[in-house]
Amino acid sequence: MNYSFQFGEILANGDLLLRGLKLTVLLFVLAFSGALMCSLFIGLARGSSRRLPNLIATAYIELFRNTPVLVQLIWFYYALPALSGWQPTAFTAAALGLFLNTSAYCAEIWRAGLQSLPAGQWEAGRAIGMSEWQLLRRVVVPQALARMVPAFTNRGVELAKMTSIASTITVQELMYEAKMLSTQTFLPLETFTVVAVIYFVLIYPGTLAAYALERRLNSKGA
Amino acid sequence: MANVPPANVPPANLLPADAAPVLAVGGLRKSFGTNEVLKGIDLKVGAGERIAILGSSGSGKSTFLRCINFMETPSAGRIALDGTPIGTAGRDGTLTARSGELRRLRTRVGMIFQQFNLFPHMTVLENVMEGPVTVKGLPKAEARAKAQDYLKRVGLADKADQYPQRLSGGQQQRVAIARALAMEPEILLFDEPTSSLDPELVGEVLDVILGLSKEGRTMLLVTHELGFAYHFATRVLFLHEGRIHEQGTPDEVLKNPREERTQAFLHRFSAFHF
Amino acid sequence: MQYVWDFRPVWLNFGVLLEGLVNTLKLSGFSIGLGLVIGLVLALGRLAPTRFLSLPATVIIEFYRNTPPLVHFFWYFYGLPILTGISLSPFAAAAAALSVQSGAFFAEVFRGGIISVERGQWEAGRAIGMGHAQLMRRVILPQAFRRMIPPLMERSFELVKTTSLAATLTYGELVYKAMVLATQTYRPMEIYSTVAVMFFTVLFLASLGMRAVEHRLARRTAR
Repeated sequence: MNYSFQFGEILANGDLLLRGLKLTVLLFVLAFSGALMCSLFIGLARGSSRRLPNLIATAYIELFRNTPVLVQLIWFYYALPALSGWQPTAFTAAALGLFLNTSAYCAEIWRAGLQSLPAGQWEAGRAIGMSEWQLLRRVVVPQALARMVPAFTNRGVELAKMTSIASTITVQELMYEAKMLSTQTFLPLETFTVVAVIYFVLIYPGTLAAYALERRLNSKGA
Repeated sequence: MANVPPANVPPANLLPADAAPVLAVGGLRKSFGTNEVLKGIDLKVGAGERIAILGSSGSGKSTFLRCINFMETPSAGRIALDGTPIGTAGRDGTLTARSGELRRLRTRVGMIFQQFNLFPHMTVLENVMEGPVTVKGLPKAEARAKAQDYLKRVGLADKADQYPQRLSGGQQQRVAIARALAMEPEILLFDEPTSSLDPELVGEVLDVILGLSKEGRTMLLVTHELGFAYHFATRVLFLHEGRIHEQGTPDEVLKNPREERTQAFLHRFSAFHF
Repeated sequence: MQYVWDFRPVWLNFGVLLEGLVNTLKLSGFSIGLGLVIGLVLALGRLAPTRFLSLPATVIIEFYRNTPPLVHFFWYFYGLPILTGISLSPFAAAAAALSVQSGAFFAEVFRGGIISVERGQWEAGRAIGMGHAQLMRRVILPQAFRRMIPPLMERSFELVKTTSLAATLTYGELVYKAMVLATQTYRPMEIYSTVAVMFFTVLFLASLGMRAVEHRLARRTAR
């Protein structure tokens, strides 16, 4: 094997990768923050005893959990415009798809978290006359949140990985720039190795945080 | 079919003759699916009455209590607080009340649970303050002062800044009583308040409840503590299979029960003494 | 919104789509199989008492778990041939990337399952003089296996979805066939919606099956 690695070429084009990285981060932030905000309501609907909200939430969640992310992104970018006449930019389609996907998973985390609380807590709040909203805000969510943070962190890690799929619908995030760079420089080995390492450096701290949080949770005794 | 004495027998020394009942229950029924747990309960409670509710498990005593503050929805019947009916009967008889009405009801009828159900993420003081601040909208300073007062009354003023997990079961239940008192309700409902406690902790909770009885509060208590019921209650109800099987003063029901089933029930608690 | 639906191109080419689905399942099956083997090796490596084995295993596991699959697809397809001189077909590259990455995830499931077997079992085995390998084979693994089944199923489920990325390497699985058809027939809405439904059907049924298995397992171990 007489291959001489040429990592220098890659580092020389670091600015391209950086540009891509910015979009990766932007995609992540938009999708994750949106998902964290909306998923509580979807999770409540999913756990609701009323048939209609439950049905809609379940259908939505199952749809996004039982289809590949790639199909979801392609659908929003290539299929939806044909139906609706509205052509989203690649970035918008990706952000939308990732947001909806992550919300579905986060809704399940909420549902499990809320259900893990003993029924007595719900009853005690109601017994002093709390409205459902006060009950959630003051009693239920504060207790459930602690238990759910590791699961949310894991979701964040998954989402960070999923942003790379946006490259297939021409979003110019990190993976896309990597592909461009590898064809420009004819150095796919170095390019993809470097990009893999960049992703690792970005994502591994998230995993470590999730480990640490889970350990803390188990030691406090949920 | 046992002959049940008239439902309204308030002790003469407690009520003026023309007082309206604080709580009036008529024809109360409750089914869980096909299982009918309450088969028609009629009860009028006067202000200041203390009612002990006894019965074997499955007799429906907890269910009855929980229907009063609508923790369970009655399948049929009427409930009125201070003469005002609660909820409206649907076509199948089920009593439904709008959420606003229920919330107001629950600020006037307090409940103490068997499992205490304190909020673990709040300190003891915050637990007692929570209702007044969040539900009644009291300013925090005022709520805090009142909460400290109630904690003093249950003997736990020094635990105000502790979290519930650090307290013993008896202490937690006393905090739960303070929490219910802080809402300044007209009626207090106790759902087997000492059944989850270790025997040596039962006394401190019963002492607090007995202390409340000196204040003339209206209370309904579901319990297995027959000796306590005797000293505490102005009226005793014995529930059997979803109906009031026998009722009367503690002397009547506990010392000289007329009905066979009541006698059989009491017989099993041979160890109690008044 | 005056869209006129036309599913005829879908029905006419349904065979192509089915072929894609079969290829998806082929890639999935192969990668799950190879992945389980790799996973077991990595897990045992990570659990090995010697750092010579445990360190590389840990590095591989954590690296593959915290990087996107797509990077590995491209690395194995474009990069590896440069390193080794062997060029890989789209299937081979996708299968290699999927197997190794799934192996990393499976390894953590194996390790978790093994660790969850109580200390007492380890001690009992040692007390009668068993060596590490015997202990694993006769006492620990059989008990750990049952607990591992639900997470292994979950991971395999995710793997089936990840095979869709092989389309970027032009492997003819379902998404790739859909992309080709969509450009040929100019009916992306019908084609991609059909493909979504096809995935949904297969995966939803699989998830029901998984839940049934979990129920049966839970019942048998209920105390």
